[in-house]
Amino acid sequence: MGAGHAHRMYRHGHSPVHRLPPHCKLAATFAFVLVVVATPREAYGAFAGYAALLVAVAAVARVPFGFLLRRLLIEIPFVLFAFLLPFFANGERTEVLGVSLSVPGLLGAWNILAKGTLGVAASVLLASTTELRELLLGLQRLRMPPLLVQIASFMIRYADVITAEMGRMRIARESRGFTARGVRQWGVLAKSAGALFIRSYERGERVHLAMVSRGYAGTMPVIDEVTATRAQWATAVALPAAALAVCLMGWWTL
Amino acid sequence: MHVPDGFIDAPVSIGAGAVAAAGVAVSLRGARRELDERTAPLAGLVAAFIFAVQMLNFPVAAGTSGHLLGGALAAILVGPCTGVLCVSVVLLMQGLLFADGGLTALGVNVTDMAITTVVVAYVLFRLLVKVLPRGRRSVTAAAFVAAAASVPAAAAVFTVIYAVGGVTDVPLSKVAGSMIGVHVLIGLGEAAITALTVGSVLAVRPDLVHGARGLERPLELHTRPGTAKAAQDGHGRPEKAAPEAPAAPEAPEAPARHSAPAAPADAGRTTPSGVRDRPQDAKA
Repeated sequence: MGAGHAHRMYRHGHSPVHRLPPHCKLAATFAFVLVVVATPREAYGAFAGYAALLVAVAAVARVPFGFLLRRLLIEIPFVLFAFLLPFFANGERTEVLGVSLSVPGLLGAWNILAKGTLGVAASVLLASTTELRELLLGLQRLRMPPLLVQIASFMIRYADVITAEMGRMRIARESRGFTARGVRQWGVLAKSAGALFIRSYERGERVHLAMVSRGYAGTMPVIDEVTATRAQWATAVALPAAALAVCLMGWWTL
Repeated sequence: MHVPDGFIDAPVSIGAGAVAAAGVAVSLRGARRELDERTAPLAGLVAAFIFAVQMLNFPVAAGTSGHLLGGALAAILVGPCTGVLCVSVVLLMQGLLFADGGLTALGVNVTDMAITTVVVAYVLFRLLVKVLPRGRRSVTAAAFVAAAASVPAAAAVFTVIYAVGGVTDVPLSKVAGSMIGVHVLIGLGEAAITALTVGSVLAVRPDLVHGARGLERPLELHTRPGTAKAAQDGHGRPEKAAPEAPAAPEAPEAPARHSAPAAPADAGRTTPSGVRDRPQDAKA
């Protein structure tokens, strides 16, 4: 647990976005992405509007744009897929630089790129302004089943521990002269995975016993009940409401 | 294979979300049956394991490498319900914390990567284990087939979802052909790794492999001829004899066999955890 108490995406800060209650932020992000996905792809102006909204949120939250752009790289596999679409999709064809491309395919590629990028950017903004524990509290407030929240919190707490354990096993393998070159080495790697499972499971048993000895009876006590005032909800709803307005404008001008 | 936002249209995303929610709700009930009150910490740690093992790279050839998806492995090791929960939680956290997979596509991702892979793998695995002769090798073979089928099955479900709610008019035969074709290959890799991993767990802690429960032979008590009488007299303290039992079947010089039905098959599971409790793990 030497990795600190915040996840890698979180940026500490005291902006108005950071201070919003987590469940408001979760609900607002989800509603925003849903509006984006429901927008017709031909409404090009609307997507510029969404991007402007996200830029405004990032400015208020003081999240640097370089950070935001770097995190967008996670999309790359689907960008590649999007670039293939114009070559394979049905429909009328058009010539671009001497290459025959499908018009619906181009639109589809644009659709995936625009909506996917906006979705990732919204998630990154949420993750970079919300602490882990807050995120879990917010999920609980939004009526996610408590057992699921507990599983998620254990996973998050121990993900670093288990990953570090895997790293130590890798160092142990390599210090004994092991290098994974191809399929022939899979047996050794799979044995490591098996050992990792046994260690994780046994750690789970020990954690459970430690919790039982401290009075755990199946539920976690809620120490800090997060509540949101009406003003906070209004602030959070501003983002999806503005997005909805942009969306309706897009429909209207279509 | 994390589906981003905008890949599937809004109504179908919401529909898939409802399917995913129903599947997770059923699994929540089932997981309590599989793990009783230990559900939260154990499922959480297994989810952390799935999360970590997805980062373990298996080199294929010439610089390319693959990694485990983990659905089939989770189903076989911890049972179908806990498996669905673990993979779903991993997907949820990847979506929320790392923006890996869209928030509106979460339902699609959970439906095809958590529910489909786990259910297909587990059903196939149980069927094969029942049909094949008993033994460790058949468990490994069943794990191979189950994992090999689970990945193309997920690709097929994704193709169906895409056919209903895909936003681009790509000829379906091309989507299905390329998705399932590629995933048959990925499935073979997944199958090899899953089978090897299950085999290695089976060799060390067979009691931890949920899918192989009821397959291990009941423990037998072996005693040397001279000490047989003493062991039989020790009826009042069976817990002293039980820990010796697992090592005994391999001992060649044990002509006297006393079957000991009193020794529970999973005695090994409950004892070590209590003994090896280390204080630094008491973070909860």
